[in-house]
Amino acid sequence: MRRFVYVAKGVAWRSVHNTLVSPAILLPSLIFPLFFLAAFAGGLSRISDIPNFDYKPGYTAFQFAFVFLQSAAFGGVFTGFAVARDFDSGFARRLLLTAPRRSGIIAGYALGALGRWLITAVVITTAALAAGMNVSGGGIEIVGLIGLGIMMNLGSALWACGVAMFLRTEQAGALIQMPVFIVLFLAPVYVPLRLLTGWVHAVARLNPATATLEAARGLIAGSPTKVALSFALLAGGAVLTALWARRGLASAERAG
Amino acid sequence: MSASPSAVALAPPHLFEQVGAVARRSVMRTVRQRGLLVFPLLFPLILFAINGSALGAATKIRGFPPVSYRDFALAVPFIQGALFVAVSTGTDLARDIESGFFDRLALTPLRGSALLAGQLGGSVVVACVQSVVYLAVGVASGVGIASGFGGALVLLVLSILIAFGFAGLGALLALRFGTGEAVQGFFPLLFVTVFLSSSSLPRNLIQISWFHEVATYNPVSYLIEGIRSLIITGWDAQALALGFGFALLLCVLTLGFAGTAMKNRLVRT
Repeated sequence: MRRFVYVAKGVAWRSVHNTLVSPAILLPSLIFPLFFLAAFAGGLSRISDIPNFDYKPGYTAFQFAFVFLQSAAFGGVFTGFAVARDFDSGFARRLLLTAPRRSGIIAGYALGALGRWLITAVVITTAALAAGMNVSGGGIEIVGLIGLGIMMNLGSALWACGVAMFLRTEQAGALIQMPVFIVLFLAPVYVPLRLLTGWVHAVARLNPATATLEAARGLIAGSPTKVALSFALLAGGAVLTALWARRGLASAERAG
Repeated sequence: MSASPSAVALAPPHLFEQVGAVARRSVMRTVRQRGLLVFPLLFPLILFAINGSALGAATKIRGFPPVSYRDFALAVPFIQGALFVAVSTGTDLARDIESGFFDRLALTPLRGSALLAGQLGGSVVVACVQSVVYLAVGVASGVGIASGFGGALVLLVLSILIAFGFAGLGALLALRFGTGEAVQGFFPLLFVTVFLSSSSLPRNLIQISWFHEVATYNPVSYLIEGIRSLIITGWDAQALALGFGFALLLCVLTLGFAGTAMKNRLVRT
């Protein structure tokens, strides 16, 4: 266990350090969510005038919930890019040779993803509050919201690590991010689920991200809904993606 | 008096031959990287499919044009596709610079203008394919073109012109910075210009004042509105004049600056 923690701490520290000292890595993960927040909350605010749109804290808070979870998911995705880059540069192979407990590598990258996302989460929350976002939820609800973000970040980081370790090239970028992007955007991003129509409504009803998004919006509004279901879904997703990442690591080990 | 055989052998090929040779290489490189074409082609279509349905409720906002949201949204993939053209053009050109291919070309009688025009040849091919696919998918999904068949042809011309202008921007970035990483680093910035425009709602329905101001001063709004007018309005002279005007301006500016940057780079090498 000590060796596992030793490896995880080392990899996590390197991941966060690389993010902080390299603007090329840090800025996209900060800028993208900020622009999504500006574009959706600013450009689409008239959507809240649609009949039966009744989200009390307002459209900025409605979109903040999505951008918050999206930034958590993409914090994991960006870590997958870093893993792929480590394989391309040869660093990951040296890491595999020297790490006394290789499963600690996955844990380290996942912790690094969390560290990266926490920076982003602070920035976008500050920006949303500065833009006048109303938060009706209390302390417990906010802790719940952060918990949802952490679980979302963990699941996507493990997914991204798995893909990056299976393919071991930066060209895996599209394959890492596309499924995450599609799953997120097939949730009720712009309007509540009941106002969606057509095929998107049918898909969104079955999409696990919908429950998580509704739970996040409920927590911000101070009227929790589907919170337990969301945590259960995210925990199940984390277990599956952890197995996926472990298989990716085994594939990388076999490849040498 | 006829030229000596050695003088004939040393005469550089005509400009069109030079452009043709570089363009052929650019097109072949694009065709050989079919895998890289899939993402730029699919991504805007996926967003169109999702947003076209997910934002359907926006048509209930008072003042929204009397069309489906899919009709309204079809203009956006053309612009997103043009951004991908910019990045792929810039990345390919930067790769030539990084690999030293440019240095070797500088030793040949090839003119800088021929090199630039030829490099953009591949981009035009991609832009043509993308535009036709976006239009075909839009029509297949039930979008009607209010300006008819002629309008669809004008739409293709405008979208290819826009993509050509953005390709020039990609070339300019590659020539100025010389690395693919720098070109790709500009992609989020380019993408943001689409988000901060009238891509999701008509400008008169954007409620937040700073966003409305940004969208009004953002030329991308007029490029989108030019294409959109052909789809949902018909023949709107003002929207088309602004759309073609900004597209031409983009081409002139980016190709002009790229030409200067090309001269500087060839001098440096």
